[in-house]
Amino acid sequence: MMALSFDLALAALLIVSALAAVAGRGLFRAVIFFIVYGVLVALAWARLGAVDVALAEAAIGAGLTGVLLLAAHGRLRREGLEADPGAGGQGFAAIGGAGVALALGWAWFALPEPATATRAALDSALPDAGVGNPVTAVLLNFRSFDTLLESIVLLAALVALWMLARDGAWRQRLGLPQHARPGGVLASFGRVLPPLGLLFGAFLVWSGADDNGGAFQGGTVLAASLLLAMMAGLYLPPRIGERLWQSALVLGPVVFIACGLVGALVWGGFLVLPPAYAKGVILAIETGLTISIAATLALLVIGPPEQAHNSGGAA
Amino acid sequence: MARAIPKKPRRPLSAACGNSAGMAWGDIASIGFTAVGLVFFVAGTVGLIRFPDVFSRLHALTKADNLGLGFLALGLAFQAPGWTEIAMLAMVWALALVAAGTAAQMVARAALAEGEEDERP
Amino acid sequence: MNEWLHFVGIVLLISLAGALWRVWRGPSAADRMMAAQLIGTSGVGLMLVVAALGNWAVLLAALTLAVLAGLSVVGFVKARSSDGAGDPEEAAPPPLGSLRE
Repeated sequence: MMALSFDLALAALLIVSALAAVAGRGLFRAVIFFIVYGVLVALAWARLGAVDVALAEAAIGAGLTGVLLLAAHGRLRREGLEADPGAGGQGFAAIGGAGVALALGWAWFALPEPATATRAALDSALPDAGVGNPVTAVLLNFRSFDTLLESIVLLAALVALWMLARDGAWRQRLGLPQHARPGGVLASFGRVLPPLGLLFGAFLVWSGADDNGGAFQGGTVLAASLLLAMMAGLYLPPRIGERLWQSALVLGPVVFIACGLVGALVWGGFLVLPPAYAKGVILAIETGLTISIAATLALLVIGPPEQAHNSGGAA
Repeated sequence: MARAIPKKPRRPLSAACGNSAGMAWGDIASIGFTAVGLVFFVAGTVGLIRFPDVFSRLHALTKADNLGLGFLALGLAFQAPGWTEIAMLAMVWALALVAAGTAAQMVARAALAEGEEDERP
Repeated sequence: MNEWLHFVGIVLLISLAGALWRVWRGPSAADRMMAAQLIGTSGVGLMLVVAALGNWAVLLAALTLAVLAGLSVVGFVKARSSDGAGDPEEAAPPPLGSLRE
């Protein structure tokens, strides 16, 4: 009875915060409600026992996406563009959103019932997967092609973001020139947290093999640590042309594709992992993937190269 | 999540604290500390809702952040199955403490710098 | 014990709902961000309770949420600063006596 009340209260708050995010006027309020919604969804995943998803939601949904939206709102505010869209824009958004929801609902009910044999099939295949965590096994072994495409999509998103830069700014450092009062609260925070975040992120990746965690979760925590160091002015964001950063960005997809090609040439198919080598190959892929995800997400949030670095002109 | 190798079940620390009238001291400690933590959380929210301006609200919510979470973590530590979990609880609280302290300072300065301009609702 | 923990969770959710009201009302951006910070801390507290209910692996998610909540507030003050990349401590504080009561 208590457990049911708890779950009902959580579900009610989820719906309320989702509605509040789209209702009413005020862009900043909507952004904050979106962050709140992310926190509640992470809690819901934790309650359902899906700890890997809760980790990802807390890190990406509530964390990095929130920072991204706050930065976007700040930029709009500085340029005087934060007015709510008129009735036409809001009507269009409402119809589009309702349409997507209806399509998803139709797709949900149109799908056949999931076969109850899948869990048994997973459990019987798990010992050959090379890792103990079923989520990691599915992501990096049984359905690794999807993960490969995801890592490439992330890279493509970053390149698309860079294309928003002005021509004159292309060779500047990424993002706005970050600065903080030396010895102040922000600078101290930027010194204390990133080493701990680095340790925790690396731990999450390692833990993802047999317990909960994984490359995406660990990579996001690493990206957050790097972002904090950059935002505190303690680490300069790179330029687009820096070779070390370019290597870090492509390392994940390259290692992934290389392992896939080895599978194609030696083991009978692209991305096939024989049980004897699975653990080692997955470890290699996860390492590369974590570095790439950390670099990509950090650079995604810090933004495209801005001209303000050198000329001091308008942001 | 089912693991490939099942974990050995571990006793909660509360059971190790000894028995008194059928209820472990650890459980009593849990209930006591978490109740105190709840009081601070509720006080923080009530302050956030009722106080008249930005800075007093900030005062209220940092009480919830620090003391509420601290007592909650302390109470739940008595339910933990081992030292690893207790260490993680302590880390969560320490991290929240550092983050909340920094956040309070920065939000207060930002509010001061903006002169508390009212936003469009 | 589980009953008590669920009750603790319900009270935390109610207090979270109170913070939601402050996000709705504002009136300033700092009010909203503060309320979001409280919601983040309540979320961490709730994850601790969910962990104590049996699934202790959730402590990892609680730790992650605490780290990222700290980053969110930094993102907020950066976004509100005058050039989008500054530190609120760099601005000179207003002279004493000039604050509204």
